[in-house]
Amino acid sequence: MKKSVIFGALTVAGLAAGAAAAGTLDDVKARGKLNCGVTTGLVGFAAPDANGNWDGFDVGVCRAVAAAVLGDPAAVEFVPTTGKTRFTALASGEIDMLARNTTWTFSRDVDLKFTFVGVNYYDGQGFMVPSELGVSSAKDLDGATVCIQTGTTTELNLADFFRANNISYEPVPIETNAEGQQQYLAGACDVYTTDASGLAATRATFEDPGAHVLLPEIISKEPLGPLVRHGDDNWGDAVRWTLNALITAEELGVTSANIGEMAAGTNNPEVNRLLGSEGSLGEMLGLSADWAKNAIMAGGNYGEIFERNIGESTPIGLARGLNAQWTDGGLIYSPPFR
Amino acid sequence: MSTLTEPPVERFRISMLLYDARYRSATIQVVAMLFFMLVAAWLVNNAIINLNTLGKPISFKFLSNPAGYDINQRLLEYSSRDINLRAALIGLLNTLVVAFLGCITATIIGVIVGVLRLSSNWLVARIMTVYVEMFRNVPVLLWIILAWAILSEALPKIKSFRGENATSSMSLFDTVAVTNRGIYIPEALFSRSLGNVHLLGDSGLRFDISIDLIAIVVVLALSIFAVRKVKARATAVQEATGERPTTWYIQLGILFVPMIALLVALGFHLGLPELKGFNFKGGTHLRNSLIALWLALSLYTAAFIAEIVRGGILAISTGQSEAAAALGLKPNRTMSLVILPQALRVIIPPMISNYLNLTKNSSLAIAVGYFDLTGTLGGVTLNQTGRELECVLLLMLVYLVISLLISAVMNWYNKRVELVER
Repeated sequence: MKKSVIFGALTVAGLAAGAAAAGTLDDVKARGKLNCGVTTGLVGFAAPDANGNWDGFDVGVCRAVAAAVLGDPAAVEFVPTTGKTRFTALASGEIDMLARNTTWTFSRDVDLKFTFVGVNYYDGQGFMVPSELGVSSAKDLDGATVCIQTGTTTELNLADFFRANNISYEPVPIETNAEGQQQYLAGACDVYTTDASGLAATRATFEDPGAHVLLPEIISKEPLGPLVRHGDDNWGDAVRWTLNALITAEELGVTSANIGEMAAGTNNPEVNRLLGSEGSLGEMLGLSADWAKNAIMAGGNYGEIFERNIGESTPIGLARGLNAQWTDGGLIYSPPFR
Repeated sequence: MSTLTEPPVERFRISMLLYDARYRSATIQVVAMLFFMLVAAWLVNNAIINLNTLGKPISFKFLSNPAGYDINQRLLEYSSRDINLRAALIGLLNTLVVAFLGCITATIIGVIVGVLRLSSNWLVARIMTVYVEMFRNVPVLLWIILAWAILSEALPKIKSFRGENATSSMSLFDTVAVTNRGIYIPEALFSRSLGNVHLLGDSGLRFDISIDLIAIVVVLALSIFAVRKVKARATAVQEATGERPTTWYIQLGILFVPMIALLVALGFHLGLPELKGFNFKGGTHLRNSLIALWLALSLYTAAFIAEIVRGGILAISTGQSEAAAALGLKPNRTMSLVILPQALRVIIPPMISNYLNLTKNSSLAIAVGYFDLTGTLGGVTLNQTGRELECVLLLMLVYLVISLLISAVMNWYNKRVELVER
């Protein structure tokens, strides 16, 4: 009798585990909370403010997804991950999605079994050095000591770059951005290297940002984007199209300011389809009709999130550059809502 | 007439497994074992099924793919094009280096502190108590990070060595540079080197052995052997004639002349560190990460060893030291000749577990960016290949083997110092 209870419990546990692997979208809805993996703290991209509220460019994506799926941008549990723990956290189901300036690469997509749902920031690896060193090119860095975050693509790019240029370096591996900043400022390394956006964000927090320069070389392509587990396409679609909705909203001029009146219906059918006053795109995704409206209201469209967190008016001061809309000569481009 | 009755032949019946006290305990053990194995098999099977569903069946092929990352401290030559297996080997050697250095310094500090804690000098004994309690009661990770932070923040920066009005300079007659990137010390170089022996060809485990080093070890061993012979002869002469011939100059000669001749023949000279470009070049670079880890692990483990040593000494009855004093031995001689040799028997077994702890604690190395086995195989390789289970299993296996080897060596030593009982 007792045995059958145990086996019964085991079977149920096994079935529950199987079901959990199947539908992340239903899981999130049932839980009422989105578990979103972010960095351990990179100002502008994801960092808790003085009150412990997470804010930033990547956080904006998490909040938009939570708003689209659950209707509440605050229903997010932010899980800080390091470069080393992020993939394990996602693969094991500890988090539902990862928005942690993670580079989309072949092996991560194919071998690690993740699905990148798009690109929210086109980046490249750069170098930061104190201006007093008088270095003007990364090729002058022969023999330099370089601080590098372990477990990142930058670590591999760095090895390749120095090898290709036949110059040597001494790597100082560090775990988090904060540690890298401390080591770099203490002079334990000459150079700090990571994605150029991350360098700009880090430099913005320095006491004297003017004493440090970013070298002109960008040694890699780093398309950063949110990702989900491979094989759960419903969930992948929900995250992918939430990101696309933010991008399309900017393209169509839908902002958090005018969304109220636009949602009532406009002359532009694409806006109507996006905001749910026409067609049934939300239903196809398994979400409510006003999913995209909620997502955009969470933090504004793509351009608004960019400007508020990392744009030129912020201390980080990143120009749109490659991350401008395709209509403005950038690479940010969403497939049509149809 | 006597009748012999055959003792009843006892047939084994299945029910006896449960009702016969002779078999019952065995039955219970077998059933428990089977149940345990079933649970273990279920867990393993579950993991394999889940990995297959994820599309990541267990495979160790990643070990022969290029690692792609660089390692700063490497005892064997290594480049980012080498395979993951070699990166793991480099990491393993780094683990062994810090464990070996740590065990030695921890033992030395621990024994000194343990003895001094029993000192009759009130101040010395109290200082040692404070040391032990401070290091024992704070997690070792904090000590490692503290040591690292102090080294990188407090020591002079490279740039202070540079330029016309440098504020820092090299120490010890310009041979040692102490910087916040580590300590640069002179290295031994041979201008007429005999070269290296390459072993294991081009495989990931290939390594070179320096013939110079082999020559030095061989000459040293021969010299020591010859010195022993001379001593033995002197003892023989002493026993025969009652007078011991003076041999110290012969011994010194045997020890030093061949070694100096060999070093001159090899063209021995020191390579001094020199500031060139961004960093010091030449010499041996003891990185901050190594020093911090070594220092923190030694000081932390030494606190435990000190307590073991103190316990061992207290286990020797005071009668022993009183007897030694009655024979006229000074306190330090009493300690080294009477107390410590006996205390060793109590000290060695718990020492083993401290050496094991130190070795395992060295896996905290990544906190200060020291590329040990956990940093290479369990860190970057794991992360870049996404083979969590395989890497962690390999790591566990390697640490298990290291620990068992340390245990084996220490147990052998324990056997040697044990009280011989008749």
